[in-house]
Amino acid sequence: CQLFGYVGIEAVLDQMKIKTMKTGFEFNIMVVGQSGLGKSTMVNTLFKSKVSRKASQPGQEERIPKTVQLQSITHVIEEKGVKMKLTVTDTPGFGDQINNENCWDPIIKYINEQYERYLREEILITRKRKIPDTRVHGCVYFVPPTGHWLRPLDLEFMRRLSKIVNVVPVIAKADTLTLEERAEFKQRIQEDLKTHAISVYPQEDFDQDPDDRALNDRIREKIPFAVVGADQEHQVNGKRVLGRKTKWGIIEVENPAHCEFPLLRDLLI
Amino acid sequence: QNDGYRTLSLSGHVGFGSLPDQLVKKSIKQGFCFNILCIGETGSGKSTLINSLFNTNFDDPMSTHFLPSVRLRAQTYELQESNVLLKLTIVNTVGFGDQINKEDSYQPIVDYIDAQFEAYLQEELKIKRSLFSYHDTRIHVCLYFISPTGHSLKTLDLLTMKSLDSKVNIIPIIGKADSISKTELQKFKNKIMSELVSNGIQIYQFPTDDETVSKINTIMNGHLPFAIVGSTEEVKIGNKMVRARQYPWGIVQVENENHCDFVKLREMLICTNMEDLREQTHARHYELYRRCRLEEMGFRDIGPENKPVSLQEAYEAKRHEFYLDLQRKEEEMRQQFVQRVKEKEAILKEAEQQVQTKFEHCVLMHQEVKLKLEKKKKVLEDEIAMFIEKKANAELLQSQASVSTPVVSLKRDKDRK
Repeated sequence: CQLFGYVGIEAVLDQMKIKTMKTGFEFNIMVVGQSGLGKSTMVNTLFKSKVSRKASQPGQEERIPKTVQLQSITHVIEEKGVKMKLTVTDTPGFGDQINNENCWDPIIKYINEQYERYLREEILITRKRKIPDTRVHGCVYFVPPTGHWLRPLDLEFMRRLSKIVNVVPVIAKADTLTLEERAEFKQRIQEDLKTHAISVYPQEDFDQDPDDRALNDRIREKIPFAVVGADQEHQVNGKRVLGRKTKWGIIEVENPAHCEFPLLRDLLI
Repeated sequence: QNDGYRTLSLSGHVGFGSLPDQLVKKSIKQGFCFNILCIGETGSGKSTLINSLFNTNFDDPMSTHFLPSVRLRAQTYELQESNVLLKLTIVNTVGFGDQINKEDSYQPIVDYIDAQFEAYLQEELKIKRSLFSYHDTRIHVCLYFISPTGHSLKTLDLLTMKSLDSKVNIIPIIGKADSISKTELQKFKNKIMSELVSNGIQIYQFPTDDETVSKINTIMNGHLPFAIVGSTEEVKIGNKMVRARQYPWGIVQVENENHCDFVKLREMLICTNMEDLREQTHARHYELYRRCRLEEMGFRDIGPENKPVSLQEAYEAKRHEFYLDLQRKEEEMRQQFVQRVKEKEAILKEAEQQVQTKFEHCVLMHQEVKLKLEKKKKVLEDEIAMFIEKKANAELLQSQASVSTPVVSLKRDKDRK
């Protein structure tokens, strides 16, 4: 039907916005990777605050746990009136033992437990108005910057987990790779993922329309993102930027020419 | 709301302030559904109001007054304004209040609303479900048209609203309000509101918990029920064409706030509270329906020892119970059958016995009669033998006599003659 004049239907968008801002959001991400790959630093850089305490402080030896443990920390952050309850689940001990068989089992169990909890709340007779959502929304997998191929552990893990959760692989500590090495590494990783039929986020089957597909294709070309994390600020050209200071230069985290951190942030948030 | 979680402060721009916009973008792509139910007597101005509200011409033929029962007619339209796509469904009650006996008038409406909830519940309970692409047909708001009598609510109105107030958001409206003068209107409104309160009817209250809209919503709450005039014709006033009704004594402008509350209704219904109406329907009315329905089916959240029971356990328990019940019934039937067979056998045996005794009795009788007959036969035979003897003797005598006395035979001849 044709509208002959102003009705005001588009006001529903504002109503929706106000409502969602009032109820707030919940976001749960999980970071998986061997110790020392910079997971905690990355999370701190992403959310610009001290979300996770770093695993090893200088002068303090941290015992590597014998099995994979899952530690969840929840914080509330607010930006522009939007409240978000952020839960970061860390997995210390992943891939650190001599025999790493089935080290993904605790992780899979945890993810399924959250789904189970949500399902149980959903099928109650008297259900809560807002079911607390502890389901893992995204899993960031840190690939060590070997420069060669994905290791069997990486492939096994991503294969199993991409079926139950959105997996975003990233190349950690990418400042050890030159740009050419980076491109080659990415190429090989993409081939590996395709050979093993691992579908990482954004998954192709969930593309809803041609615009979505075009947008996601552009992202898929660049996966996995090569990231560098840093939580210290330095002076560059008169501006304060987040970066890592080395003898041969300052690696700016938010500079797209240096690393792909902005892309990761745009994708996740 | 913090639940004991630490609040962190951000030292720079993170970017999740755009989360509401992401949600909005997604919703725009999905499109919105809004379903309005209009209840009112035939000729109370329902179709005209909808046309005026959405500024378009929905083809709605006028209905007669002679329908035997209340029916509901639903029509779905797709409206687009800038980039928002709205799937609007208007459900009209046809024949409401027209019958002579109005006892069942509201039942079809209640059934229709329940049917929509049921359909959504079925979809939600499916194993493989697609809630995102599901066309939501649950009624989000019910516009109840009150006749502009100027006195009070009719019994039919009270009955209908009472049966609907826990199932749907009701907004009462005075239709064709141009027949009431201003002073009468205020009295009428007050009377209606007090009657609703005294009958315990819960109408929809515009939400006042959000500061951006609470002030205007509170004001509007005081203007309920809205006095509406609708029009599909346009009249030239000044140098603009506006929706209005032209009378010999003046022109009633639909969009003039002094003339009627149409603008207020449009504001409240569409611009300010559409989302809240949808949410109330889903979170309050639908949840209530779902809870009642599942409890009806026998599911409970708390088991017999006050321990929480999952739906699956409850389902299994029910199935087990049903199975046991079935077995028990089968057993009962089997027992009954055996019992009946036994009884029948006993009866048959008895009958057999009776027949047997009768038979023996008959045989005895037969024997006796036979004996008697034999005796009789013997006697008769004896008599016959005697008779033959006598006859032989007589013949002998006769042959002797015929030689000696022919006169006897003459005599006999004479006698014969």
